Amino acid sequence: MPTPNLLAELSDRLIYSAIAVYALAMLAYAYQAARRSHPVPEDAPRLEAVAAGAHAAVRDPQPPTAGARPAIRDAAARRTERIAAALTTLAFALHLAGVVSRGLAAGRVPWGNMYEFTTAATLAATSAYLVFLRRRQPVRDLGVWVLALVTLCLGLAVTVLYTPAGDLVPALNSYWLVIHVAAAIIAGGVFTVGAAATGLYLLRRRADARDAGGQATRGYAGRLPAGATLERVAHTAHLFAFPVWTFAVLAGAIWAEDSWGRYWGWDPKETWAFITWVLYAAYLHAQSTAGWRGRKAGWLALAGYAAFWFNFVGVNLFITGLHSYAGV
Amino acid sequence: MTEPIGALPGNAVAGAAASRPAGDTLEDTALSHRLEEAARPGVMAVPPRPTGQGLVAWARWAWRTLTSMRTAVLLLLALALAAVPGSLLPQRGVAFDPGAVTRFLADNPVVGPWLDRLGFFEVYSSPWFAAIYLLLMVSMTGCVLPRAARLWQSARAEPPRAPTNLARLDDHRRATVAAERAQILQAAASHLRARRFRVVVEDDSVRAEKGYLREAGNLVFHLSLLVLLFGVAIGSLFGFEGRVIVVEGASFTNTRLQYDEFTPGPLTDAEGLSPFSVTLDDFTARFETAGPQRGSARDFQADLTVLRTPGGAAEKVTVEVNHPLQVEGTKMFLTGHGYAPVVSVTDGRGQTVFSGPVVFVPFDGNLSSEGVIKVPDGQPTQLGFEGFFLPTASVDPAAGPRSLYPDLVDPQLLLTAYTGDLGLGDGAPQSVFRLDKTNLSQVMDGDEPFARALRPGESMTLPDGQGTLTFESVSRFANFQIAHDPGKELSLVAAVALLLGLTVSLAVRRRRVWVRVTAAAGGGGATVEAASYALTRREPVPGELSSLLAALPGAEPGGSGTSPHDRED
Repeated sequence: MPTPNLLAELSDRLIYSAIAVYALAMLAYAYQAARRSHPVPEDAPRLEAVAAGAHAAVRDPQPPTAGARPAIRDAAARRTERIAAALTTLAFALHLAGVVSRGLAAGRVPWGNMYEFTTAATLAATSAYLVFLRRRQPVRDLGVWVLALVTLCLGLAVTVLYTPAGDLVPALNSYWLVIHVAAAIIAGGVFTVGAAATGLYLLRRRADARDAGGQATRGYAGRLPAGATLERVAHTAHLFAFPVWTFAVLAGAIWAEDSWGRYWGWDPKETWAFITWVLYAAYLHAQSTAGWRGRKAGWLALAGYAAFWFNFVGVNLFITGLHSYAGV
Repeated sequence: MTEPIGALPGNAVAGAAASRPAGDTLEDTALSHRLEEAARPGVMAVPPRPTGQGLVAWARWAWRTLTSMRTAVLLLLALALAAVPGSLLPQRGVAFDPGAVTRFLADNPVVGPWLDRLGFFEVYSSPWFAAIYLLLMVSMTGCVLPRAARLWQSARAEPPRAPTNLARLDDHRRATVAAERAQILQAAASHLRARRFRVVVEDDSVRAEKGYLREAGNLVFHLSLLVLLFGVAIGSLFGFEGRVIVVEGASFTNTRLQYDEFTPGPLTDAEGLSPFSVTLDDFTARFETAGPQRGSARDFQADLTVLRTPGGAAEKVTVEVNHPLQVEGTKMFLTGHGYAPVVSVTDGRGQTVFSGPVVFVPFDGNLSSEGVIKVPDGQPTQLGFEGFFLPTASVDPAAGPRSLYPDLVDPQLLLTAYTGDLGLGDGAPQSVFRLDKTNLSQVMDGDEPFARALRPGESMTLPDGQGTLTFESVSRFANFQIAHDPGKELSLVAAVALLLGLTVSLAVRRRRVWVRVTAAAGGGGATVEAASYALTRREPVPGELSSLLAALPGAEPGGSGTSPHDRED
């Protein structure tokens, strides 16, 4: 077994390597998005029905003007897409190894301070993206945005937030740290996919509304999947992440009862967890409300995501509260 | 029955706000279910204006508006926004730092009092915050209870008849099967029953429905929120929270008078507290000794002797952070610690007038602490001392006296002295951590204020024989938070039910499946049509229809149809 110091150093190098490969994957996704022609063919078949030839033609409509050049371009774009997915998987593997070795170096779960939480939460975001991709959900256009966020956050983590591996302050020494923070990390990862899909949905929807035909055909938005497709991805992500976030908040309340004697005290961290929860609850209700479905609901989901991040960055760095012990 | 599906569900959604008469057609229920995915029963997104005259019509309109989905979304949004200022402004009775509100008021003499009047320093108990969540609860109840009634009805009703044109549904498939109609229908019914559908077989078709649990989960979730609020209310009405500082060797008995700070609820029985007592035998703290996190706390431990009842058996208990002491429903938590220098003071007559530990309050991570020593029994004049205690002393040229490390490496007590009247005689309450200097004069050493730094065992003698202070040794003290919340068990049950209900309501897809058999056009075998319709906003379960068709006798693999992925609604 290598020494903790060696493991800690290994973890740092793995994270640096992951950042480099993430950046490459992000560039590959960006290149693929730029190369692809209009309009986007519907995504890979998800339901068996598509196998039937007659329908495949209907569901993969090529533009009437489709000639040889777009076909070649699309083939190249698909190749780039496969490369991007492979790079993402490689970066994920490095990232995972980095987080695991950090945990081994510190002899505890690797989410005890801001640096570690950032590396773990970005890992969760990549995992969520890869799970959607593997399940043949139409998420490849999310790739560039999810990876941009992951790369940026990891970059900030190693430069601004870096803390060497070490023991925890007594307040964090509890198995609830494993449960409560893990749930928050998973929810955050899936919310990231939901937020990316929602953002692209809003972009596409706005472009659709501006186009005379009601379907955007030009620019970046015109190359995105249909609004309904993006909205469905976002909805799926939020449906999964919301109960997980609920669990994270409830587990946090149980921990608070165990360590401060009250399960809810409107500490800033608790308050912003509550605000995040309420905004996502509003999103889910708005998705079923005429006049709110679509655009306004989308903005509620993005507001929820912003609240999630503010709870991590803003509350930790700018507001003093009982959760301030985590340190940078 | 007329054409039941008036429009494709996706298109119908666009016109959803339009009012429609209550009816029991497939279209109406299916559509409204779709609209009300998350919570809402037979309520339209925007209720129509009252048509009738008079108060009743308006009251009904107001009620329907309050219980509408749109109002719920707006109230949720309002709740999120209303919670924000409480996290940015200091809060009374909430804050980490109890003096923060007073300081904020002093720093903002213009805006501060207005914010105070509007309840911005007690956001979470302010009338406007309460108004939002109470309206939300009423809106939710008014919506969920009628929905419960409808769930009860629909759980007892049969799945509705198949629409005429199955091809217009979300997911539709057609296959030619070489078998008898009755045989096919029986096979389809048993396939669906095995998957826990509720099934009705008719002459030429099978109708089935599944996923009632979704509605039940939804109901449980929303009702749990009410129970949770009730649990919170019980806790804040009948519970209490208190804080006390206990020095090593000292005792605390759980009566109201012994608390340094006691916050009861309006209905708390403050005289009937659980009568236990504790003695702090020893307090140990361990800190990181090296590396970049040098000085970070690693372990705190309070060794207590506990008497759970007066005159009961003494019991040794260790309390740590995250490991409270529990006596009946009352919990005692370790929340902090600090140092209490032990001093003795002799006055001008040479008599020992004070001896014991004095709590100094830490103000930074290395436990630099400040405090005062009041000696009211001093003669000819009362004595007061003010200064710092530093566990590892240094004097920073800019910041002044500061501790470099939280443990006792080089403990020093830095004091200045005052003589005169401590102001304790008039009965007005005053802080034990502050000197009231109105009638005190500072002891001078020539032109400079008299000031000394003492190590344990050292003494200082005031000029002109006014007295002597000896720094004997250092004790530690522990901060305890003591809390009793009779509503927390109820809240926990509600929280668990809430999570289960939520998960079920989001995971289960409520859907209907129809199978219709007609004679095939060319004779020989039969044409089977299967269609499913999701009553939630999620697409039907992938593969459900194709596995149904594959299970029919004499089925060919495959089958053609549409899936929700083809729709661009």
